[in-house]
Formats: sequence, structure tokens, C-alpha cells
Amino acid sequence: MEFDLNIMQQIGYIFSAILFIYGLKMLSNESSAARGNVVSSMGMLLAVLVTVIEIVNPVLVLSAMLLGALIGSAFALKVKMTSIPEMVALFNGFGGLSSFFLAWSEFNNLSAVSLIMILSFMTVLIGGITFSGSVIAFLKLAEILKGDNNFLNKALRWFLIFSLLFVIIAIGQVIAGGLGYELINLALIQKIFIALLIISLLAGLAFVIPIGGGDMPVVISLLNSFSGIAAASAGILLTNTALIVAGCLVGASGLVLTLIMAKSMNRTLYNIFFVGYESSSSNAAEIDGEIKPISAEDAYLVVEAARSVLIVPGYGMAVAQAQHVVKELGDLLEENGCEVSYGIHPVAGRMPGHMNVLLAEANVSYDNLLEPKDINPTMETVDIAIVIGANDVVNPSATEEPGSPIYGMPILEVYRAKTTIVLKRSMASGFAGVQNPLFFKENSRMLFGDAKESISKLVTEFKD
Amino acid sequence: MEIILLLFFILILAIFLGLELISKIPSTLHTPLMSGANAISGITLVGALSLDTGSNLQMILAFSAITFASINVFGGYLVTNRMLRMFKKK
Repeated sequence: MEFDLNIMQQIGYIFSAILFIYGLKMLSNESSAARGNVVSSMGMLLAVLVTVIEIVNPVLVLSAMLLGALIGSAFALKVKMTSIPEMVALFNGFGGLSSFFLAWSEFNNLSAVSLIMILSFMTVLIGGITFSGSVIAFLKLAEILKGDNNFLNKALRWFLIFSLLFVIIAIGQVIAGGLGYELINLALIQKIFIALLIISLLAGLAFVIPIGGGDMPVVISLLNSFSGIAAASAGILLTNTALIVAGCLVGASGLVLTLIMAKSMNRTLYNIFFVGYESSSSNAAEIDGEIKPISAEDAYLVVEAARSVLIVPGYGMAVAQAQHVVKELGDLLEENGCEVSYGIHPVAGRMPGHMNVLLAEANVSYDNLLEPKDINPTMETVDIAIVIGANDVVNPSATEEPGSPIYGMPILEVYRAKTTIVLKRSMASGFAGVQNPLFFKENSRMLFGDAKESISKLVTEFKD
Repeated sequence: MEIILLLFFILILAIFLGLELISKIPSTLHTPLMSGANAISGITLVGALSLDTGSNLQMILAFSAITFASINVFGGYLVTNRMLRMFKKK
């Protein structure tokens, strides 16, 4: 049999798909996850190596890869763990942009109107939306951009509907042309394609600008999914199986995360993307009780006597970069004979699993990180729950107040702990804009100030 | 056309496989999962390697597609590795 490079390439793609799948499978366990990532990167290396035979312009390819490797590595090694959500958002965008250019280039090679063009259109559309949407998500996560202009947001919604109509018409034209309808020639389709390039980028802006900062975990999960779908769609366009399989795995991953996030907030995707919290009806009931502030010194006395402590971190811990002092406090409590665990809500922070990464950075053992369903049944046995910069995820309105916008959202029920100490900068309400009755409960104490400073004070008290 | 249908077949199977695989990943690892997925979406690099570079525009498109895909591949795998090495049990 003749030695056929193309067959070798296809076999290479099969093995690379196996490596990707196995790598993701190893990611389902903390102890094998790091090796899983290496396995997945081997899959990528193999896929690239067997494609080397197809390179048309080696100088261009090598210089572009080198540039990408330099930029990518610099990002990866420099980024702070608190900024991971921004980085992931930006990288989603780059993935989409790469598919966008890929499909554009392939389109330019087509010399007659054909049905294949639908795939170019779809890839450019999804890739473009992913890119511009991710840039907005990045700007919002980095708190450079805030989207609270209601008039603009309404206008953008209308633009999105207009874009959708345009896409439907554009694809209709391609189908008509592809089926041999003579009035639609290549020159016309090329003009439509240029318009689509621009509209796809604008549609991404129109999609993400109106969505609030606190809904970003869902948005970046969805954009993550889109970047995979764009790659898979490009794969069909290029008849490349490696792109299809890898793209679908990413697409599925983003989709699963999106649904988990939406479920953890008890909201539908429609509500998150097209309605938002601000439009939900909120009939704020009067809250009984009063705020009871506590000083760090008094808080120390309370915590020092506790036998079991639950630490509930939220976005505030990330902002204050307090994860290391939190871990220090946890260690001191354990030395004091106290049982310490961490309650992690799936939507705490700005991306799925955000809190877990920060606590892992601070060397907290991952088997001490508990989800609401693990911790809620035994909440009564917790002496002290320390809430650090979390708000909506511990709001009892979610279980007690049927009229509340967040009613039905699964929460960490810290109000059932014997005592709750809430660390907070001010009395401002959480992202959902809902007042939190937890702060007014009989067993709640408020420790005002920057999370990092407050915990540092507790730590100093312990050491003295 | 037959090939396209076959490719759609692969696409559907890969989606279902992906959904099964990902739903088994614990929420602790969702952030590394996302950055690892970023790296995998850099697979467009494989498609971009063989792009035509006949005209100036085509050169720019190929160069950009390769650069952005490489950022994802290198950046994605490195940052995921950095994160996963921090996950420890004591």
C-alpha cells in the first residue's frame, strides 16, 4: 500500500479526538485534572503536527504562531487569579475571531454561488457575535463599562431583531442562488457577505451591552459555548473532523455551564438575556428588625468561642483580594479546635467556579469547599457563619418571600446558623437590587469595612 | 453533499458526548474547565494553517486567524495548568 499522508492525517485526528475526550474525562476529578489538561494539550499538539503537511506559507504560519504563543503565554503567566473571569472572556472572543477570519478567508476562495456558502455565513455570524460580545463582557468584568442606559438598551434590542431579520434574508438569498435562481449572482452575495461581517460584530455588541455585570457568569458561559460552535461550524466548512469534534466539546461545555448557572439563579435564559433584574417586579416588603453592627474586637470574642464555622465567600472577597487572609483565619480557627468549612454557591463571583479557584490559590483544601446542597441540611449545627462580600446568594427572601425577584433561587441558608457575621463595605444592596432581610435578623451581626482589613483585624486579635 | 451529512452526523454525536462528559465535572473545577475549553477552541489553528495566502487580504486573514488561535492554545493551556496545580487536598 502506498504511504498516503492524507490518511495519516485523518488517523492523527482520530487520536487527537481521543486525547481531547480523555483529557476532559480526567477533568471530572480534582486529583487527575492537572494531568487531564496535559493530555488535552497533547491532543492539540498532535492535531497541529499532522496538519503541518498542508501548510502553504511556512514563514507566515510560523511568525503568526510565534506571535500568538508569546501573547498567550504572557497573558497566562501574568494574570492574577482574581482577573481570571476577564481573561476567559477575552479568550472566548479570540476563539470566535479566529473562526470569523477563517470563514471569511474561505468565502473569498469560492468562485460560484453554492449552498456551502450558508456555512461561511453561519461561521462568520457566530464568530463575530462571540468576538464583539466577549469584548463587551471583558470590559464589564474589568468594570470599565457599565450598561445602565435604559434607552440605549431598548434600541439595542431592536437592532438585534433587525440583525436577525437580515440574517434570515441573507441566508434565503444564498439558498435561492445555490438552487440556481439566476438573479442572484456572486457579486450580490459578496456584497451581502460584507454587510454580514459588519452586522455580526454589531449584533454581539447589541446582545451583551444591555446585560448587567452580575449576569456575566451566564454570559461568558454562553460565549464560551459560541466559540466552540463557531469552530465546529468552521470544521464542517473545511471538512475537518478535528475542528468539528473539538468545537462540539467546547460548545457542549459552555452550554452545560450556562444551564447550571441559570438554574442556580432560578431564572430562564430568556429572562437573563432579554429582561434582566431591573424589569422584574419588585414589591419590596418592609423589613422588621434592625441592623446590629459589631466591632472586630467583639467579633473575635464570638468567633473564638465557636466550635464550628462556615465561611461563605462572594464577589466581595475577590474584589478585596482577601482569599489569603481568609485562609489564615481558617487555619487559626482550626488550631483553636474549631471545625472550618467553606460554603460555595455556584453563582458566587463573576464566573462559574470563581471562588474555588481563589481559595485553591490560597491553599484551601478542596474537600473543605461545600455546595449549598451539602451544607444546608446541617446548617443548624453551625455556630457561626461568616459571610464575606456575598449578598444575593445568602438572601433569605429567596425562600421566604414569594414576591421577591430572586424568590426560588437556591441559596446558602446561613440565616439558620446560630449566629451570622456579615462582612460588608456598606449597606448597598447586591447585584439584584434586592434588600437583604438577613442583615436585619435577630442572629445577624454586621462587620462593616473592607473584607481584607476586617479579616486581618480578626487574625491579629487571634495572634495576640 | 454526502460528506457534509456525514460531518453533521459526527457533529451530533460529539455534542451528546460533550454534554455527558461535562455534566460529570464538579463545580469546583468549572473555572479551569472554561479556560481549558478556551484552549481547545484554539483548534481553529488547525484549520487556519492551510488557509490560502494568495492576496494581501488573504494573507492578513490567515495571519490573524493563526495568531488569535495560537493565543488561545498557548494561553489557555498554560493558565489552566497554573490553576489546576493549585488544587490540593490536605
